[in-house]
Amino acid sequence: MKYLCLIYLSEANWHSCPDETCAQYYEEVLKSGMLLAAEPLHAIDTATTVRVRNGEVLVTDGPFAETKELLAGFYLLDARDLNEALRVAAGIPPARYGSVEVRPVRELMLGGASAGGAT
Amino acid sequence: MTDARAIDTVYRQDSRRVFATLVRLLGDFDRAEEALQDAFRAALEQWPETGVPANPVAWLVSTGRFKAIDRLRRERRFVALDAIEEPAAPPPDDDDEHGVLHDDRLRLIFTCCHPGLGDAARTALTLREVCGLTTEAIARAFLQPAPTVAQRIVRAKHKIRAAGIPYEVPAAAELPARLASVLRVIYLVFNEGYSASAGEHHLRADLTDEAIRLARLLVELLPEAEVVGLLALMLLHASRQGARTDAQGDLVPLEAQDRTRWRSGQIDEGLRLVERALALPRWGSYALQAAIAAVHVEAPSHEETDWAQITGLYEVLWRVEPSPVVELNRAVAIAMRDGPATGLALVDALLARGELATYHLAHAARADLCRRSGCVQEAMAAYRTALTLTPQAPERRYLERRLREMEAAVTG
Repeated sequence: MKYLCLIYLSEANWHSCPDETCAQYYEEVLKSGMLLAAEPLHAIDTATTVRVRNGEVLVTDGPFAETKELLAGFYLLDARDLNEALRVAAGIPPARYGSVEVRPVRELMLGGASAGGAT
Repeated sequence: MTDARAIDTVYRQDSRRVFATLVRLLGDFDRAEEALQDAFRAALEQWPETGVPANPVAWLVSTGRFKAIDRLRRERRFVALDAIEEPAAPPPDDDDEHGVLHDDRLRLIFTCCHPGLGDAARTALTLREVCGLTTEAIARAFLQPAPTVAQRIVRAKHKIRAAGIPYEVPAAAELPARLASVLRVIYLVFNEGYSASAGEHHLRADLTDEAIRLARLLVELLPEAEVVGLLALMLLHASRQGARTDAQGDLVPLEAQDRTRWRSGQIDEGLRLVERALALPRWGSYALQAAIAAVHVEAPSHEETDWAQITGLYEVLWRVEPSPVVELNRAVAIAMRDGPATGLALVDALLARGELATYHLAHAARADLCRRSGCVQEAMAAYRTALTLTPQAPERRYLERRLREMEAAVTG
């Protein structure tokens, strides 16, 4: 199963975790064969939001999120099950300063039949 | 024994065991439940003619699996894009059967109590899938509408499927944390039944029994110190159940309970289990709380309780689990050992820290210590504060009674 681990940090802790530590863990997960992708993100003030309304593209600065913890990076994994994904997520160094949300990747339902089988 | 009765007995004793194995073989709770019902339907049809098989559990598992495959094949004709996997074959060798089936029940418990599910979902799912309670029975016991509980169970099963919560006993490194989650569910179930007031008691006493049954099963499957400790703790608490309320349904505090009404069978078993738990490695807060409960039940009267030992046990408990509630209990034990003034100073210092400011039992304890120190006005004020913070009716009645007694003494 594919899992997306979303890393959330408060702005105060954005740089609490040294890049070297993050890179080290990246290599470790890479070697395990479970890693599909992982990237850190720039802070929220560099974000631009796109919306399409009535066929019109609206581009705005932000978002100006009200939440305290903001998306700071992600790991996309191919793990056997949730327990394996949680083990990897717990090892992501920023988990010590913020939080990591683990979400299963959904398959698109195409052609009227469920591609996922027993749903 | 007639065949119908034989089937009934097997259903009561073994249906959840069969279910646990079918979940592993079919990889899905709902398919396993369907297969279980199909297997018992087949047993009702066939056993009267063929007789009860030598190994009814194995018969039901293989029949259930066969029926499930049959269902899948029939459904397949209607599913264009077939991604359904054939269910796993049962273990080829029956010699290993006991070990595998044994693990299936543990797998089921750990899956239902996975920390990725919320507390309410975990308790409902465990009672439904491990204990086999109906959704209606769970709803009645938790005083909730049945559709709420049903929806909670459906959502939990959906999360298990969609998020890929595995059907497995956690690895050794993760076992302590995951076991804590299982024990928490069992203790939540127990307390839900134990704290029920007398009026609703007949509906909810089932929960204390169910929790004890679950803990017994877990002791059998995974005899860790904390599992044994939790069973001991629940038995020792349950032994006092009958003496905790009077004929009017009012709460009787420990010091006023008729100790002859405590149930000696549960006490004896509880005491044996406390010793067993403390002799095992890795005991923790459940085993310690059981040890404290053991000192209480062994005392001939409240005054003759070994308060020094209880104080010592609370010291150790505080080191294992440094919570303000544990500190409060330790302060109360110290008050019994050294007198109310010493205890009151500790409780006041604790209340001043603020964490327990809205905890009714902290104010009730303060009220009690003031009363025993002879500070009448302060005691009455503390009882009133405790009353504003107490939601449970029996506890409110108890505090109101104490307050009235004091008011009568002042005016009289």
